[in-house]
Amino acid sequence: MEPILKIQNVSKEFVISGERKPYLSLGEKIVSSFKFKSKANTTFLALDDVSFDVYPGDTIGLIGKNGAGKSTLLKILSRITPPSSGEIFSNGRIASLLEVGTGFHPELSGRDNIFLNGSILGMKKKEILSKFDEIVDFSGVERFLDTPLKRYSSGMQLRLAFAVAAFLEPEIMIIDEVLAVGDMEFQKKCLQKMENVSQSGRTIIFVSHNMAAVRKLCSKGILMHQGKVKHIGTINEVIDRYTENFESYETSFDIPLKISDDAPGFAYKMVIEDLNNQPANNFPVGTGWQIRVYVKITHLVKGFIIGLGMLTQDDASLRTSWSESMDLEVGEYEFVFKENTLFLSTGNYKLILGMSVRMVNFQYIENCATLRISEEITDASSTIKLAKGVGLILNPLEIEMIKK
Amino acid sequence: MYKLHITPARQFFNLNIKELYAFNELFYFFTWRDIKVKYKQTVLGFLWAILQPLVMMVIFSYFFGKVLNVDAGNLPYPVFVFAGLLIWNLFSSGVVNASNSMISNANIIKKIYFPRLIIPISSIIGVIFDFFMALILFIGILIWYKVQVNLLVFIPSLLLSLLLAVLGTLGPGCLLAALNVKYRDFRYIVPFMMQALMFITPVIYSPNFIDNQFVKFIMYINPIAGSIHLLRASLSGTTPDFLLISYSFLSGLVLTFIGLFYFKRTEAYFADIA
Repeated sequence: MEPILKIQNVSKEFVISGERKPYLSLGEKIVSSFKFKSKANTTFLALDDVSFDVYPGDTIGLIGKNGAGKSTLLKILSRITPPSSGEIFSNGRIASLLEVGTGFHPELSGRDNIFLNGSILGMKKKEILSKFDEIVDFSGVERFLDTPLKRYSSGMQLRLAFAVAAFLEPEIMIIDEVLAVGDMEFQKKCLQKMENVSQSGRTIIFVSHNMAAVRKLCSKGILMHQGKVKHIGTINEVIDRYTENFESYETSFDIPLKISDDAPGFAYKMVIEDLNNQPANNFPVGTGWQIRVYVKITHLVKGFIIGLGMLTQDDASLRTSWSESMDLEVGEYEFVFKENTLFLSTGNYKLILGMSVRMVNFQYIENCATLRISEEITDASSTIKLAKGVGLILNPLEIEMIKK
Repeated sequence: MYKLHITPARQFFNLNIKELYAFNELFYFFTWRDIKVKYKQTVLGFLWAILQPLVMMVIFSYFFGKVLNVDAGNLPYPVFVFAGLLIWNLFSSGVVNASNSMISNANIIKKIYFPRLIIPISSIIGVIFDFFMALILFIGILIWYKVQVNLLVFIPSLLLSLLLAVLGTLGPGCLLAALNVKYRDFRYIVPFMMQALMFITPVIYSPNFIDNQFVKFIMYINPIAGSIHLLRASLSGTTPDFLLISYSFLSGLVLTFIGLFYFKRTEAYFADIA
């Protein structure tokens, strides 16, 4: 079969000048033309000789750390920016959802925005008209169609944006992180829609850090690292390669200061430790671990609760533990969450930190750290038969035998 | 055979009219958006398109017509100045809007591909819409002042001077739109430039007092001067100076070419630096 998309030796170079400004002021330009070249411009290869073929009906997951060049590649594919060298041949219309809702205008009504956004995405007016009811139905905002977009909640805006994009019908569809937002229910709906699209034989290139979504949607994977293609293979192969090689084993994590205005304090650091209070990560199955959270309380607070949540790599909730309700004075605190009995299976677990006063969150950070359970086995777990797919929790059940 | 071929930015000049045509609906949608947004949440709405030139006319009529007694030929000064403002507003708003258009649409440029030229052109089309709104008022003024108009001369002259004005707006508009992406200085230069240009363009005065042909030619490098001259001549029933008008026309073509050329040369990198 002939590839629908051929990417040949594509590179993209960015010039990083001494100044960080993305645009120039005329004065600087004039001044610098009189000066000898003082600041040597350094170049940065965002993409380095990338080549691969895409066949009709392929659903490809593009995976890599931030800065691996995924977004640059998508931008080149969707013709937003040209490559520095190399060429791309395509046999179909490429449409990209680099970010849904592009061109939405807050002053215009939902109805107007459907037309505007659809048209910017490359739909003809006739096409939009014929799909208008479906779009509105999918978005679930029919009651607010004639309300200006600025009065929509961000969730509603997102739903409307995704609905318009979901009804595009290009041969090749490029999707970047659209599923990262929205509530669970809507995410499910989007994933369902994307699955339908991929089953209809459309070619999809999908970028996301949500491995569960990538695994579900894609059959093939491409792993990128520092602008280069590292590995091409089935999606499971590529995701495994990615989690093995590129996830870090950091032990100390700074917590972003995203707090509400009336917050009585904030958490600023989280350290993963072994049970001897030594920083560590990558615990053999069956060893205990603890998580130390550093908190600064700036105002006297009553009814303070701190909680820690865990998610699997595929974003399934695993557990959440809350502290007792406490009254705290101003000062510095450390909270330690210990685990010594539950044997989790090999893999990475995302941590969520939440702090609240009387059930109202004032700091809530998803994915603030990653806990890693290694494939080694210690004495404590020697009875555990380690095999992939045996489950998330490896503590054996007590098995009683009764002979009759 | 592959339908689409993406290569490093090409350096030669290619307007790609075929592609522009394929995206023709986008002209409409951008223009429609701009117009709709502009008058949204205003009490007077479309009246603003009329009110601005009307107020300017009243002010100029008082100071230049009454107080300074500026020569307006055989036209009443308000008619004379409104004809000038009609064309001038098209030019000045057109150039200002076009030059800001790429930056105000940067979020779209960074995410979706379409021929970039659609953006400044749509912003100029929006201004042409205002022109027609103001034209309705202008016709009212002509009737009010009982100006005898030969429609067979007036309508072709009006269309031709509109064409000339659009030509004179398109070139500088596209050029400044592209320059503004790279050098934000132009955001400050453009409004200032417009003020200065207004005084060396015969908008509120008549160029008749200039005898020196050379000075006149410099003045008419600006296609707007030619456009205003043509419109006024058709109203006062005098024969326009066709040499000056064809000269303005030529200058308009050259300006348009320069603007489009520079725009096309730089458009590939808009997404990187916008």
